[in-house]
Amino acid sequence: MIILSYIAMRGISALSLRFLIDTPHPVGEGGGIGNAIVGSALLLLLSCVVGLPLGISTGVFLSEFGGGHFASVVRFLVDTLTGIPSIVTGVFVYAIVVLRMSHFSAFAGGIALALIMIPIVARTTEEMIKLVPHSLREGALALGAPQWRVTMGVVIPAAASGIATGAMLAIARVSGETAPLLFTSFGSRFFPRNLNEPIASLTVQIYNYAISPYDEWHAQAWAATLVLMTLILSINLVVRFLTRKKF
Amino acid sequence: MSTPTATLTARFAVPHKGALPERATKIAVAGLSFYYGRAQALQNISLEIPERMVMAFIGPSGCGKTTFLRTLNRMNDVIPGTRVEGNVSIDGRDIYAAGADVVELRRKVGMVFQKSNPFPKSIFDNVAYGLKINRLTSSKSELEGRVEEALNDAALWSEVKDRLKSSALGLSGGQQQRLCIARALAIRPEVILMDEPASALDPIATSKIEELIVDLKEQYTIVIVTHNMQQAARVSDLTAFFLLGKLIEVNATEKVFTAPVEKLTEDYITGRFG
Repeated sequence: MIILSYIAMRGISALSLRFLIDTPHPVGEGGGIGNAIVGSALLLLLSCVVGLPLGISTGVFLSEFGGGHFASVVRFLVDTLTGIPSIVTGVFVYAIVVLRMSHFSAFAGGIALALIMIPIVARTTEEMIKLVPHSLREGALALGAPQWRVTMGVVIPAAASGIATGAMLAIARVSGETAPLLFTSFGSRFFPRNLNEPIASLTVQIYNYAISPYDEWHAQAWAATLVLMTLILSINLVVRFLTRKKF
Repeated sequence: MSTPTATLTARFAVPHKGALPERATKIAVAGLSFYYGRAQALQNISLEIPERMVMAFIGPSGCGKTTFLRTLNRMNDVIPGTRVEGNVSIDGRDIYAAGADVVELRRKVGMVFQKSNPFPKSIFDNVAYGLKINRLTSSKSELEGRVEEALNDAALWSEVKDRLKSSALGLSGGQQQRLCIARALAIRPEVILMDEPASALDPIATSKIEELIVDLKEQYTIVIVTHNMQQAARVSDLTAFFLLGKLIEVNATEKVFTAPVEKLTEDYITGRFG
């Protein structure tokens, strides 16, 4: 709460409609973070497209078919992945994707964020699915449902709101990531035209402005922080609303 | 001490059911043993269950009656480390034979569990689930018809017909259990296994379920596990008494409760142990 209100206090002064839609300008000429907002949204979208299906299916695999040797190896790897510092993920993607393609790109940034999301989503999905009572599975099996239909039709829907919460956590976590984006999506002063080129993001913008020597940019960094917080909060609320318990 | 017969009839109001009709054997079990890992839960059980009758399994906790019930539709398969020996056949077909279709078996042998376990879906979707996954209906109106029929058979239709789209979890405990019965009935099984279906219910809900069981035996073969001997006496035609994984006695319910052959059975139903 204290953090939130402090950010709001410092950020509100530089906030304006123009700030939200304009691209960055040189010091003294105002400018905004419109491109960074769009860039962050695109990066999040990319990471969700890659990370959520992989993470959720890994979690489902671990909980429903997690008895074997292979599964315990996967579980160990996922746990290890959770503990990897995000900057290491960034360097990894830099080596694997950026150097291969020989330029920074939104794709590389999305992949880096997805790599951070996957273990979080996988483990929360696994835990949430484990919470589904065994009696529900038996009830479905007793009606002649094959295992995969039990998983798809009964277990996953029953755990859906928990899985969505896990996905939310992961999204909230990666939307604040800066380090892995520094050498993958890099940053840009323009609106993105395609995903195969460097792209701006709120966090990198905040970082660049915060380490600059200019008071105006500092104020803009605070304002951008406020915008980022608001965005994360509203994503949270929207998903809460969409996945509210219907039954 | 008076004769055991007199004591027992005084204790149990066993309805006089007269001679049991001759019926073909639906389920035949021969030499069945069951293991959880190394622990043997059932020892060499042989038993025949005639069609369109109610057979009750009684016995103290841990005697294997639920385990036995679950071998009849292979629900124990989902527990890792279990092993079955012996033979169970339904309509003359060995259900543990290599290549036997478990899904088909469970469609034919429905089950109602001790704790009601409605899916977190609407009332309608709960009953429709089995129909949908087994593709038993070809049109929406047929599906709706089958759901209504199943709810009617489970004596629940009048209570839920105006709120089919609302959550099944909003129903009372007794209604939830009848919903689970409707769910099992919807796919028109031939046998219904009930694992203490009324153990968590109040007396009114219990008597509804019991009436239902008596109605259902017109069409279905019913096997019910119960803790409650009075309940077995009220609803069943045949009773099997289990103790420590062994089948001690099986006979017409009236016989078992009034003139048991085995000393152990008599001791159990007169309350000397258990």
